[in-house]
Amino acid sequence: MTHPAAPGTPESSPPLLAVEGLDVSFGPVRAVQDVSFALDRGECLAVVGESGSGKSVTARTLVGLTGAGGRVPAAVSARRLAFDGLDLATLTEAQWREVRGRRIGLVLQDALVSLDPLRTVGAEIAEPLRVHGLATRAALPARVRSLLERTGVPEPQRRAAQYAHQLSGGLRQRALIASALAAEPDLLIADEPTTALDVTVQAQVLDLLDELRGKGTALLLISHDLSVVGRLADRVAVMFGGRIVETGPAERLLAEPRHPYTRALLAAVPGARTRGTRLAPEPAGRPPASPGGCPYAARCAAADDTCRSTLPPVDALGSRCWHPTAAGASVLSVREPDPAPTVVDGADRTALLDVDRIGRSFAGRPVVRDVSFRLHAGETLGLVGESGSGKTTTARIVLGLERPDTGSVLLDGRPWSELTERRRRPDRLRIQAVQQDPLGSFDPRFTVERLVAEAVARTGVPRGEARRHRVTELLDQVGLPAALLARRPTELSGGQRQRVAIARALAPAPALLVCDEPVSALDLSVQAQILDLLADLRRELGLALLFISHDLGVVQHLADRVAVMKDGRLVETATVDRLFAEPADPYTRRLLAATAPVGASR
Amino acid sequence: MAHTTVEPVPGPDAAPDAVLLKAPEVPAPAAPARRRPPLALLLALAALALLLVAALAPGLLSSASPIETHPAEALTPPGAAHWFGTDQLGRDLFARVLHGARPSLLLGLGATAFAITGGTLLGLAAALGGRWADQILMRLADVLLSLPPILLALLAVTVLGTGSLNVMLAIAIAFVPGYARIVRAETLVVRRSGYVEAAVGLGLPRPLLIVRHVLPNAVGPMLVLATVGFGTALIAAAGLSFLGLGPQPPSPEWGAMLSQGRRFLATAWWVGVFPGAAITATALVVNVLGRRAQARFTRRTDA
Repeated sequence: MTHPAAPGTPESSPPLLAVEGLDVSFGPVRAVQDVSFALDRGECLAVVGESGSGKSVTARTLVGLTGAGGRVPAAVSARRLAFDGLDLATLTEAQWREVRGRRIGLVLQDALVSLDPLRTVGAEIAEPLRVHGLATRAALPARVRSLLERTGVPEPQRRAAQYAHQLSGGLRQRALIASALAAEPDLLIADEPTTALDVTVQAQVLDLLDELRGKGTALLLISHDLSVVGRLADRVAVMFGGRIVETGPAERLLAEPRHPYTRALLAAVPGARTRGTRLAPEPAGRPPASPGGCPYAARCAAADDTCRSTLPPVDALGSRCWHPTAAGASVLSVREPDPAPTVVDGADRTALLDVDRIGRSFAGRPVVRDVSFRLHAGETLGLVGESGSGKTTTARIVLGLERPDTGSVLLDGRPWSELTERRRRPDRLRIQAVQQDPLGSFDPRFTVERLVAEAVARTGVPRGEARRHRVTELLDQVGLPAALLARRPTELSGGQRQRVAIARALAPAPALLVCDEPVSALDLSVQAQILDLLADLRRELGLALLFISHDLGVVQHLADRVAVMKDGRLVETATVDRLFAEPADPYTRRLLAATAPVGASR
Repeated sequence: MAHTTVEPVPGPDAAPDAVLLKAPEVPAPAAPARRRPPLALLLALAALALLLVAALAPGLLSSASPIETHPAEALTPPGAAHWFGTDQLGRDLFARVLHGARPSLLLGLGATAFAITGGTLLGLAAALGGRWADQILMRLADVLLSLPPILLALLAVTVLGTGSLNVMLAIAIAFVPGYARIVRAETLVVRRSGYVEAAVGLGLPRPLLIVRHVLPNAVGPMLVLATVGFGTALIAAAGLSFLGLGPQPPSPEWGAMLSQGRRFLATAWWVGVFPGAAITATALVVNVLGRRAQARFTRRTDA
């Protein structure tokens, strides 16, 4: 595949994309302020920040999608917004259509939503070619096939004739990239391209993007996850509150972050080095910054009056901070140590949970096969695997929501899975669950207070002041103010919802908390807070956790032991240190390889 | 219609049954600048207010008696003295239409209430009562649904006999299968929902679980549909009265009045037209508001 426009000598020519002083506001809300960066062919710039930081708005502005159509019209202004000699700020909608898709490709996070469900994948990929008149009708199928091949989709002929819902998440994302690549754009903007994907698929997509970059495509990567970015980006721009707070070469920035926000982001990436540390900075009740001050001042531990009143300039090394950290300081803050593990390997103690060779099939297809593990009081077992590996079904059997076809589950050494629902009911309060989607587990008509109170009522706390007091106490325990009592879950943020779910699960003082992907729908910084909360609760209450995740870093951070699932079977169970140091099973090794740590890229 | 478009903005959390009366409510704090409420909605709300006054206190709007006859003034055309004219017995038609609001609305309301109750019970029984109950109830519903509802109501009223209560029951029987279907489908969804599982996880006994979580959430969509169904029931009730099966003369009921007016349609159009217009307008008002409530409800649950 040859590059469409022959690049001139890189030294003399201006960068492919030059953004200077970009401002985007929606009414009174200034979503992006004074953002500047440049991007060359074959280069990858990552824009990193939490939701609301302005990173996606920046990306959408570059494809001209912020203006019309929104509820509140966006006001876009920039000193310079140049793409390969074009002034993007002055393009009309008709001119945009010439650029969008053809010169600048866009890959969005959710491939299922971004692909038309009523058209085949092939038709979707062919669209940019047809719209821009880049291929004759007769040549289209062949072009589509080669695009799918190039993005690593097996059996391109068959896949092109299928619909989006018939493809797995990874294949859909590749199809979407193939469609973005169809017109061979010079610049590819990828907004969270791997966030919804399993680790091994994520690695494949990142490899694909890396390969494209190697062939001369400029890559603008938008992400909330620094660990993803570390594997691909040449340079990183960290955004907070609509401003770029730090930029620099990826290696330098990830190894020696200077801005406190970058440091907080890095500290929030869970993994081996974060075991026993806090992922999120202590919430600080600091006075809010004035509009003219540093956007991060309200959250920053080092903020002083200067920070709050005056916006710091960008220094020589690319940080916008009055007090950048000197090189070499550790980003991690140590948490109170967990009590020494109470796990005893011998059989002298009854396990809290004893899962004995359980199996379950749906419609003749085995989903869980011969799975056995034990969990002792106060212990955390991480259950890891890709989607479809049977993790959730295992969790549901443990929770007594699904009956195993074969095998059994014992709770406190007594039968659990074999009981009728009526006999099981008294012990239900011993096991509680926290789901990935807390909203779905809340009755939509209930307020926060009623949700938690319902669980409190099960423990025999009488109606009235006593119950209300206990509800407030639980909310306080999970770090929520009592002011939220009257709210409905739809009015809460994702992190707050998950806290409410945890408060409800804690109400009956359970011995075991089954957490099914409790943080995978959350932003990295919110994830950090929830993981800290779970770690604190585990220490304070002596909870046992069955922690299910597809994210190895999260499990490595939190778990004592790890069980790896694949195709319904447990392929390996070991202590966290052993599993990550010397994985025995080839599949475990593959999983580990797919999540190379930050900085150890390429 | 512009106002029925579903937006991804969480609206205020009005209970579905209260939506009907308070459609143009305060938007959620985060909602962006709101569009002007559409004209149809304002008109419908005004008409609803008028209807309620007529049903609750018809004397406020007209002092004339709906029953007293004045043979001398029979079949007077609409004018200053009698806004809607008089009928063949000289009764003031304006007063009769106003006084007819209560029995007519009650017929529709009663029929809808019976239908909702029956539909909810049968729908829940079908969804939660096991495979056999489901099969039997739903095949029965299929049979009933294969007949036009008005025919079914006619059949029922023939068996039950005439009179207001029997008309209500007859119409309810015709509408029950539809409501039962909706409740069954919703119950099947709700039963598998995360919040019902969460309640199972808390060890809630089954009856409490059904009453607290399954029933309220499964019934919501049906209640919204019932506001539209109320209009249909009203027309069906008027239809049965028209055939002489409803409230008996001289009590003013729109369907019965329409039936009487039919005889004079060639000579005195007003005797039939005004009760007919009242039926049409009421059904229209209820439909506009019902659709609105439906749109809001979908938005609320999608949020």
